[in-house]
Amino acid sequence: MDFTFDEDQLALRDSVSRFLMKEAAPELLRDIWETGDGRSPELRAKIAAQGMTGLSVPEAYGGLGMGDVGWALISEELGYYAIPDSLADTACVATGVLCAVPGAEALRQQWLSKIADGSARVSVAHPVNPWVADAHMADLVLAFRAGEKDAVELHAVQGAELQHSAMASIDASRRLSALPQKLGAATRLLGGAEAQAVSAETLDRAAIAVAGQLVGLAQRMLDLSVDYAAQRKQFGKPIGAFQAVKHHLADVVTRIEFARPVLYRAALALQRGERHRAALVSHAKLACADAAWTAARKAIQVHGASGYTWEVDLQMFMKRAWVLDAAWGDRAFHKSRLAEALLRDDAPLGPAATLY
Amino acid sequence: MDLDFTPQQQAFRDEVRAWLRDNVPQKPLASYDTHVGFEQHRAWEAKLAEGGYSSVIWPKDLGGRGSDLIEWLIFEEEYHAADAPMRVNQNGILLLGPTLMEFGTPEQKARFLPRMARCDDMWAQGWSEPNAGSDMANIASRAIRDGDEYVINGQKTWSTRAVFANWLFGLFRTDPQSVRHHGLSYLLVPLDARGITVRPIKALNGKQAFAEVFFDDVRVGADNRIGEEGQGWNVAMATAGFERGLLLRSPARFQRTAQRLVQLYRRHQATADRDPSIRDGVLKAWMDAEAYNLASYHTVGRLLKGGRVGAEASTNKIFWSELDLQMHETAMRILGPRAELIDDPEVHDWLEGFLFAQAGPIYAGTNEIQRNIIAERVLGLPKS
Repeated sequence: MDFTFDEDQLALRDSVSRFLMKEAAPELLRDIWETGDGRSPELRAKIAAQGMTGLSVPEAYGGLGMGDVGWALISEELGYYAIPDSLADTACVATGVLCAVPGAEALRQQWLSKIADGSARVSVAHPVNPWVADAHMADLVLAFRAGEKDAVELHAVQGAELQHSAMASIDASRRLSALPQKLGAATRLLGGAEAQAVSAETLDRAAIAVAGQLVGLAQRMLDLSVDYAAQRKQFGKPIGAFQAVKHHLADVVTRIEFARPVLYRAALALQRGERHRAALVSHAKLACADAAWTAARKAIQVHGASGYTWEVDLQMFMKRAWVLDAAWGDRAFHKSRLAEALLRDDAPLGPAATLY
Repeated sequence: MDLDFTPQQQAFRDEVRAWLRDNVPQKPLASYDTHVGFEQHRAWEAKLAEGGYSSVIWPKDLGGRGSDLIEWLIFEEEYHAADAPMRVNQNGILLLGPTLMEFGTPEQKARFLPRMARCDDMWAQGWSEPNAGSDMANIASRAIRDGDEYVINGQKTWSTRAVFANWLFGLFRTDPQSVRHHGLSYLLVPLDARGITVRPIKALNGKQAFAEVFFDDVRVGADNRIGEEGQGWNVAMATAGFERGLLLRSPARFQRTAQRLVQLYRRHQATADRDPSIRDGVLKAWMDAEAYNLASYHTVGRLLKGGRVGAEASTNKIFWSELDLQMHETAMRILGPRAELIDDPEVHDWLEGFLFAQAGPIYAGTNEIQRNIIAERVLGLPKS
């Protein structure tokens, strides 16, 4: 029993953090986000050169073969530095889909090494999301589509065949499109129980990736607020000396402290394919969303009027936290899923119940 | 990251489970805040000590098992899953025990720890005073050195179960010229000494859950002092760390309560669902109990790798005390108009727990103080 990360996992997290601190500064992101496609090939090339696009890609295809537990730490960093959806969707979620589809060796051969070397962007559409993120530059869209009754199909659509209808988001980093329409026998990759299983696994993986980003965003907003509260003076002293301000920020610390272990537990449950993984993933998404929204509310309060401006960086992180709350399952979805698990006779209730 | 218990850990769990199955009283004990209930709980503590379970993390020669913190978590899981009795002497075991181990002389350890493990001695806490609550450094009770004795005068208050205790540990001002946290000493005082008056205070539930303790020229030997004279603040802060930290409230206690809450909700779902926020409350209770558990395993893992308890001490205190309130509030709302009927068998424990939960954000350092600690010591914000 050791519910902690090993030194390699922490070292990788630290190196990713150092890299993004240097290469993904808020002023740079603002410039990129203001462009039409909102993405920078130069930044993506640097990220790929760091090996970040290949983290989840199996070693046989030129990646590192990292599991969901390791990704939980990386996704926190993606959130902390407000890296747009494209990276997690390609390097974690889509890679997971490609690895999970039975018998899709040709597809894996075609795409995984390109993901690893940074030359392919892949988007994932899913019935839980009414829109798809980053399809506008995608080389490939993997689209889960709800069929008759509970049936799910998985389709693969080459980027060139897609039509885009952009939907503006309040989060300037987002690039949303309507779901791909022209799906048919030619694009169909998988159906039946197999598609159902891959769809469920994908939803869990993406929800954890978003949860990790949310808790990273919470930490960033906390750090920005601490800096601000230590510098901004009123009544002759830093506002961080006042208890009313301190207590706002202490509450954020507490939410983050009790969201992170839930995220890590859910990632492990997914990696090991555990029985109660859906409940644990939903818990993680809910806890991390709660931490992020609490952090956003407290952060803008601590920043005062300047927090309500376009100019101060806080807005970039708040908006990302606000929109990711409903990505890959809104709170109603995850609460319903959790309730379903907890109100069953074999629910994971009582001491040690989720440790087995 | 590895969530599998080792064969040794599993064997320990099996052993604890079997022992509890054979020994936990069939009939629930009376409240330990009554004379009858106190004696029942004391007998239970003696039985636990016989089995070597009064404090599994203590060294074997002092009445413990020499367990690590993973085994402590396992013990607590089995203990609460078995609905074993509440622990009556936790002030001694969790606060004074570790302090004695860190600061006590070999004679003091031998004299007090085995008796504490068996609950031969019942310990009360002597920290708070009428004018020293959150501002504990404002302690005014004096202990003036007279040869190899101290002469104590003053008053302590909010001393949990002091009505039934025979010893008290606490902080006293041994340097009358000193102010704040200087000049205090950590003393152990027998409550049957001449000059002591224990006046019970009725708690919210009508029981004598705590007391005021008056000291009128009470003489105790200087060998009852733990640590150096004048160093009491540092000695006490070490115990405060233990209390606020990991050990005071194990996650299993809240997981068991969350389990009972889900069961309560399922029994009353038809009426409870008239208010959709009740289901939300049930989910939140389970999630937060689970989060507290996972955070504990995470912290224990780091401690076993050589880390230290830092922010967790204060975030834990805030989190479990608010969780305990939220769970019991939700239960009250499920029970509806029946929730006030204290003798109703389905209501009784929830209502007692609801009353006790009101104290959680206040004792062991108010949650306001904890938030200050987080802001100043974790976030590095300036002092007020």
